[in-house]
Amino acid sequence: MNETPIYTEYHPRWYRRRVSTYWWLERSSYLLFILRELSSAFIAWFVVFTLLGIRAVKLGPDSYQAYLNWAASPFLIIVNLVTLFFVVLHAATWFNLAPKAMVVHWRGRKVPGEWIAYANYGAWAVASLVIALILLI
Amino acid sequence: MAKRTIEPLLWTLFSAGGVIAALFIPIQLLLFGVVFPLGLAEAPSRERMLGLIGHPLTRLYLFVMCTMALLHAAHRFRFTLYDGLQIKHLNELINLFCYGGAIVLSIWTLVLLWHIP
Repeated sequence: MNETPIYTEYHPRWYRRRVSTYWWLERSSYLLFILRELSSAFIAWFVVFTLLGIRAVKLGPDSYQAYLNWAASPFLIIVNLVTLFFVVLHAATWFNLAPKAMVVHWRGRKVPGEWIAYANYGAWAVASLVIALILLI
Repeated sequence: MAKRTIEPLLWTLFSAGGVIAALFIPIQLLLFGVVFPLGLAEAPSRERMLGLIGHPLTRLYLFVMCTMALLHAAHRFRFTLYDGLQIKHLNELINLFCYGGAIVLSIWTLVLLWHIP
């Protein structure tokens, strides 16, 4: 964008402040916003990681063992720990926003927002427990 | 007449995928990405995994979870690129990359889950 705006007599240009490409570093709330949005890339990585696992299970015992070894390499553990941070950030921010996206009425009264958030966290706990039991027992 | 767009559908898929991703992904990643690799618990055997994945309900779950999470991620990543990097002049390319990637990976999911030995 031109630093010195060109004005003509009849068509003055609008004044628009230039926004830095790194605007999201200016405040911690902006940074949290962009980190939350970036969680999308890590969700995509999780799906790829899972699909590779399904593929390995299908291919045979050797492939499955190779997949487990690969997942246990230091690099992959670090990648997945970072991914875990982002998916938990996604889950927490998502459930905290749920009351704003979903207004529930019960017998003519608005259900308090905290209840909606608690219900979401409860569902998260139940889903996690069920999956953990299936995979660990 | 207002131009009909696909945007509302994309936002619906984004929300649905966001809920599914928030509920189911953290525990699965914790187990397969951290707990099993670090040896804190033993990973299920290949036979057990094959039995699990072979069940129609598990396959349905995995298909819905993967495709919805991908569509959610594609939509959000698109806006991350728009807002974060302000590369609005590359709209078509970004859309192709995000939604195209989600569709290609969804097809791979379907192919993988279609036939389990």
